[in-house]
Amino acid sequence: MTHETIVLHGHIIDSLLLPKVLDHILQYGGSFEIAHIRIGKTREEPSDARIIVHAESPERLAEIIAAVQAHGASVEKEADCQWQEAPADGVFPDDFYVTTHLPTEVRVHGKWVPVKEIEMDLGIWLDRNDPAPHTVPMAEVRKGDQIAVGREGIRVTPLERPAHLDVFGFMGAQVSSERPHGHLITGIARRMQALRRSEARILLAGGPAIIHGGGREPLAWLIESGYIHVLFCGNALAAHDMEAHLYGTSLGLHLEGGSLAHHGHEHHLRTINRIRAIGSIEEAVRQGVITTGIMAACVRRGVKIVMAGTIRDDGPLPGVITDSVQAQAAMRATLPGVELALLVASTLHAVATGNLLPASVPTVCVDVNPAVPTKLADRGSLQAIGLVMDAASFLRELARHLGWKE
Amino acid sequence: MSRFLVCPPDHYQIAYEINPWMDVKRGADPTVARVQWNALAAVLEKNCGATLERIVPVAGLPDMVFTTNAGIVAGHTVVLSQFRYPERQPEETPFEQWFESHGYEVKRLPPGLFFEGGGDMLGTRNMWFGGYPQRTDIRAYRYVGEFLGREILPLELVDPRFYHLDTCFCPLSGGEVIWFPGAFDRYGQAAVMERFPAEKRIAVPEEEAVRFACNAVCIGKHVVIPEGSPSTMERLEKLGYATHAVGLSEFIKSGGAAKCLTLALD
Repeated sequence: MTHETIVLHGHIIDSLLLPKVLDHILQYGGSFEIAHIRIGKTREEPSDARIIVHAESPERLAEIIAAVQAHGASVEKEADCQWQEAPADGVFPDDFYVTTHLPTEVRVHGKWVPVKEIEMDLGIWLDRNDPAPHTVPMAEVRKGDQIAVGREGIRVTPLERPAHLDVFGFMGAQVSSERPHGHLITGIARRMQALRRSEARILLAGGPAIIHGGGREPLAWLIESGYIHVLFCGNALAAHDMEAHLYGTSLGLHLEGGSLAHHGHEHHLRTINRIRAIGSIEEAVRQGVITTGIMAACVRRGVKIVMAGTIRDDGPLPGVITDSVQAQAAMRATLPGVELALLVASTLHAVATGNLLPASVPTVCVDVNPAVPTKLADRGSLQAIGLVMDAASFLRELARHLGWKE
Repeated sequence: MSRFLVCPPDHYQIAYEINPWMDVKRGADPTVARVQWNALAAVLEKNCGATLERIVPVAGLPDMVFTTNAGIVAGHTVVLSQFRYPERQPEETPFEQWFESHGYEVKRLPPGLFFEGGGDMLGTRNMWFGGYPQRTDIRAYRYVGEFLGREILPLELVDPRFYHLDTCFCPLSGGEVIWFPGAFDRYGQAAVMERFPAEKRIAVPEEEAVRFACNAVCIGKHVVIPEGSPSTMERLEKLGYATHAVGLSEFIKSGGAAKCLTLALD
């Protein structure tokens, strides 16, 4: 969708010019919002209207504008986006434009150009070697980079209600533990089947409760079946997943039966130490040390794993990124092509992932704590589903819908 | 007292084709045109009590006879026309000189904004209408409205035969209007019907519209109308107007008649 603002001035009410222009916009396949209208108080006093015209393509928009210009509508005067050089590495110019997670365009030499890699709370950078502006995090800006400042020449398109008439299309921002889950999970499964057919990517960000609660097997099955393409997690999910393979326990408790293993609290440390000795998770899988579970499935299926560390991680495992700026950059780099994000049982990874994603990507947030899905749903996406439920139950039910047999 | 600016047809002919009526091959008879023009002037002066101001015709500007297209006059102010077709643009200079030499305050529109004066802008004391887009750019009315402090309701003209508003729309002194609804789109028709109640609207049949029944001049209770419009004349007479039919066939060949040949000077 693209849009342009037009203005109408004159005796547009009694002459029926305003309804005529609005009708023309619709007849030519566009839609409109009346941003402002001022009606003259006397017959002599003219009226004004400011109308935002939406169309599905720039060509269609140009046709509409040409059609309504004959009736006196003029395109609102627009200015180019203003740019200023970053004063130092890691520092934006004063008055830098702060991005939203909505589709954004900037006006460069009279043309509206979409901003690439939409993400909230960043700046917009115009690279001299690339005609398309893109977002840039504060930490990555370099002295002298051209950064968008002010608000002129920058426009944000509100998201439309999605065209798909599935559970994502009908969801508002409500999250409640008292809502039935079954039909939502069915809808999520249908979307995943459609995405797998279209070769779009699905991301899962998860916490270790997936392992403790019994979600390891269904998640590994989802990965092996080609439903997950990117995994975001921390040290713990990977450690307990591999502990389960080596010892049959998660945090020292037997996954079968639930009894405490003798010296079980050491199991995840011994697991981490073993992987550190081998050098990498990939190598451990290749050597046949780890053959079941989530990590093994990811390595076999070539799923991109980004492990971001936190304070007082044990080990950590090889591959865990302990610099948070590097970790967010690694997460960001895997996002192109992601069209669905499942955020399961991890407050930190769920919130971080949600803030990295443009509003156009549907998200499913599953957590026993209602605060987490509520926070994610409050991001203003029309396609956020929040489920207050146990991670393992969610994954089991989802996998069953997709053909997993326990 | 009604004063009109007119231009004797000394150089009138069909030298080019800028509307569907004009046909260079058929041409106009200059002798007949002179007789018809004199007859119109006589009716206006003698029967209707009008005063005619005669501008000196300029050789090479055949359509200068259609003085109504020179501009729009309100009191001592004139907003000059800017003709759409290059063939008529040279008329702007002699008309501008005439208004300046007669003490008018001359207003000009921004360059490139087409406006064809009384041909497209007609009204009564407090209600004005502006035809577009065939000859006048609708944006011109914004400036004209501000210059003259008037409300101008734009009306879209959708039939190329009725290329100026005065070919299909003629407000009368008693608050009535002669019009040919088929020349307007539905929005224009609705806007006219909103301003003129049914009993005040005289819809002209197509056979009389193409004989320029709407290109009439109303002076008080007199209406000067091209001949060949009996039903329109009958309705006007029922409303108490004295009608004066004038043969203007040589001018209709160029797409103009009584109204086009006269510019009201207030």
